Amino acid sequence: MAVKSPARKAATEDRLRVVGTSLPKVDAVAKVTGRTRFADDLFLPRMLHCRMLRSTTPHAEIVSIDTQRAEEHPGVVAVLVGRDLPTPYGILPVSQDEHALCIDKVRFIGDPVAAVAAIDEETAFEACELIEVEYAPLDSVVDIEDALDGDDPAIHPYGDAHNVHKAIALEFGDVEAGLAEADLVQEDLLFYEGNTHLPMEQHAALADYRPDDRLTLWSSTQTPHYVHRALATVLEMAPSRIRVIATPNGGGFGGKSDPFNHEIVVAELSRRTGRPVKICLNREEVFYCHRGRHPTLMWIKTGFKQDGSITGMHFRSFLDGGAYGSYGVASTYYTGALQTVTYPVAAYKFEGLRVFTNKPPCGPKRGHGTPQPRFALEVHIDKAAEKLGLDPARMRLDHLVEPDSVTANYLKIGSMGLGACIERVVAESGWNDRYGKLPEGKGLGLACGSYISGAGLPIYWNNMPHSGVQLKLDRGGGVTVFCGSTEIGQGSDSVLAYVVAEVLGINPFEIDIVTADTSLTPVDLGSYSSRVTLMTGNAALQAAERARELLVRSVAEKWDVPGVRVAMADGQVFDVQDPDCAMTFAEAVVLAESKFGTIGTVGSYTPPRSPGRYRGAGVGPSPAYSYSATVAEVSVDVDTGETHVDDVWIAHDIGQAINPVVAIGQVEGSVYMGLGEALMEEMTYRGNRNIVHHHPSMLEYKSPTTHEMCRVHTYLIEDPDPNGPFGAKEVGQGPLLPIPPAIVNGVYDAVGARVDEVPVTPQKVLAALKRRAKQEEPREGPKKAPEFGWPEAIQVPPPWAGGDGRAIDERREIGGGGVRT
Amino acid sequence: MRRPYPAGRLGFMAPTSKAIEAGANVSLELRVNGEPHAVSVPVHKTLLEVLREDIGLTGTKHGCELGECGTCTVLVDGQPVLSCLALPAALGGRDVTTVEGLESANGLHPVQQTFVELGAAQCGYCTPGFVLAAKALLDDNPQPSRAEIETALGGNLCRCTGYLKIYEAVELAAARIRGEPAQPTREMLYGG
Repeated sequence: MAVKSPARKAATEDRLRVVGTSLPKVDAVAKVTGRTRFADDLFLPRMLHCRMLRSTTPHAEIVSIDTQRAEEHPGVVAVLVGRDLPTPYGILPVSQDEHALCIDKVRFIGDPVAAVAAIDEETAFEACELIEVEYAPLDSVVDIEDALDGDDPAIHPYGDAHNVHKAIALEFGDVEAGLAEADLVQEDLLFYEGNTHLPMEQHAALADYRPDDRLTLWSSTQTPHYVHRALATVLEMAPSRIRVIATPNGGGFGGKSDPFNHEIVVAELSRRTGRPVKICLNREEVFYCHRGRHPTLMWIKTGFKQDGSITGMHFRSFLDGGAYGSYGVASTYYTGALQTVTYPVAAYKFEGLRVFTNKPPCGPKRGHGTPQPRFALEVHIDKAAEKLGLDPARMRLDHLVEPDSVTANYLKIGSMGLGACIERVVAESGWNDRYGKLPEGKGLGLACGSYISGAGLPIYWNNMPHSGVQLKLDRGGGVTVFCGSTEIGQGSDSVLAYVVAEVLGINPFEIDIVTADTSLTPVDLGSYSSRVTLMTGNAALQAAERARELLVRSVAEKWDVPGVRVAMADGQVFDVQDPDCAMTFAEAVVLAESKFGTIGTVGSYTPPRSPGRYRGAGVGPSPAYSYSATVAEVSVDVDTGETHVDDVWIAHDIGQAINPVVAIGQVEGSVYMGLGEALMEEMTYRGNRNIVHHHPSMLEYKSPTTHEMCRVHTYLIEDPDPNGPFGAKEVGQGPLLPIPPAIVNGVYDAVGARVDEVPVTPQKVLAALKRRAKQEEPREGPKKAPEFGWPEAIQVPPPWAGGDGRAIDERREIGGGGVRT
Repeated sequence: MRRPYPAGRLGFMAPTSKAIEAGANVSLELRVNGEPHAVSVPVHKTLLEVLREDIGLTGTKHGCELGECGTCTVLVDGQPVLSCLALPAALGGRDVTTVEGLESANGLHPVQQTFVELGAAQCGYCTPGFVLAAKALLDDNPQPSRAEIETALGGNLCRCTGYLKIYEAVELAAARIRGEPAQPTREMLYGG
């Protein structure tokens, strides 16, 4: 029997043919030719242009807004103010604290107060300048310490304390007892400066309302489903009359995951004018949208045995949330959730709080709330290893969380490839021969990380799938995949094509992909928390297997053979025992359509239930955790304090790469973004009370150019996870996490100075070196943590202390936790 | 002739003496991708805006509109120019090339093809600018070193890729333009 092709041979032997192969992305040609239509590339007949007027003061009551001159300005068609859209909204059900336009009060410089629709953008600009706003200034809240001193007016009327949005205290086991039995108790205070996504594409949205009460919104959003819900709420329209289409995002990184005021504003302006209305934010406004990395101060105290095992850990985080809730409650929980998934922690206590300040709101940026604590933990362990006289790589390798285990805080670990990752980067970087032995100014640093492959629970409580896929097969052999997922450059459209192509034995480039359209596609919750490959992949797999089943039954019946003999590859359907017995895929679809009627199948995915039952257990669970290990080689100029990263070796436990070259691109992009956060990126403000953004421009907000980027050596570690499609886990965010601590640990190896704060600027390095020269502690970083009256911790016994996932105090136990993301 | 490639761009192109009282429209003919386009636009309207809004060439993107990010790069007489800072009124009869002008009857330009093969376009938003800047480099220097590529692309920001797949794509395209039968290495496609 002749085997006709490698693909057929693979199909016969049940091996992967598409998955695991480095193919182009299905949208690559459109992108390199400029054909991809981003939101601002859309133009409709009669389209109006929108501009928004923004607050010029950080904290103030709005006394009056006079829009008359703007309304009379030639070319202006409509003007909106806050009272026109009175219903609040927000991404989390517990933080519905935003209005499309401020009504009574502004909370940061850049908060929008009015909007204009006009015949062109320039007219809208002019009209905004004609709007007169009278403010009665309030004292502003500038940072974490200022928020906690209680002297300033409240930014919001809600929260766990005055200007404290959220305060959390959880304890898993007896941490004091754990610390008491330690050989070393290490205590550190570290700070991670805020930074922003800086997507190359400025946010844009186009709304088109029709008089039969139908609204369509195109927007550069990562979460069309949540935008759909927010529009229905604020516009008080039935969701069935609203269609949200997420255009391909020109970069997101978490910055386009909230429903935004400008999206609601253009929708309302279109409803009022009966004409399409578009807005494209300018770069300065993108900085005001923000939702980026929370500036986070962290205190960590850990007990270690002489062998490096952890007897107990107490972790505190203080997050500067900016002016609105956004994802902040989830972000706060995330700063305490994943400390336990890499090295076993026998007892763990987490206290975290998020304050409101008069700055653009913080939210989810790549790694959402976990890069800050991971930085703290990995630097902390590096210091402990030195004191214990252990090699930092060996110490980690000797104490790894077991696969198929449950952590102190009830996170269920599946596959766990961190050991293989560490061994690989240690070998490739020459760690054992070079660490601690390089000349002054050159250093190696090692760090690890882990991230979720999607969150176990949805943002709003429901029992429905997190991801759905519909598949349509037509008699010409065409296959169309419909899915709500949003292409933000990570390759989500391609993942759908590869998975379906693998199952149906067809060419992925002949599959049509329709995504991110709330009228055409089943819900996928959005492109955030690294959930898309695992969840849409599983949904697509199920839909494709159901379609395959229909084809196999039809073909098997015609050939009068058992279904197990029918295989698919190369666009052919054939008999594995008689390869000459074959038909085209299209012929098989015709057979199936003749037998069953129109061929359409569905698939959906819901994550498994997590064992945690305490309040707060909703943040942290995931179907699978990815792991990464990094060695960074750095050069530090002791005269200028400048740090340059020369090489990064990074191994990432991905389970199974659906497309290796795309996965490598995600790793390299994560390294790049981690490098920027480690060395230069900072979202900071000037002014004592008048909180003005330091540099809302791409020139002044320093991000790595070609000249700052390092060499990256990427290793994909493949150990398939049972919960992933073909074993796949996430890759888009996790590889960022070890980069900042690896660089900081490398700086210490290079010059013997500790910078307990990112970004590691030349000034901070020089300050630490100066102290070293004066025989003082060679450290630069935060000096003290603010005082706060923490709530009594919810006590949850860990699994090894007989716990069942519930808190001891039944009254506090609210099944599954009140907060999710 | 090989010459050092500037990291910056020709940048702002000051209006010529023909210009121009503020607010007035100017009628002019722009040569874009070999085609003549007669437009009448306000004198301060940028090349970026005219290309996108008046000629319908939305392949040229924008990231800052202040000359900081390189996203809006187009070629003027083969040299990279920031279209957000260039005024059509000052261009005279020079040839403008946008990403739409890169394809030929033979298909994609080699740089476009290698971007496809190596996943050098992630979100794809900065890609037209990078592809054009890379084309200008390779037209000038068919065998650039990695350092020369870094310099030539130093004015273009990308937030997705970390630039590394872009370098590899430019090097691979350069080899093919020189006539070598170059293919991606296993390490490029599958890692170490």
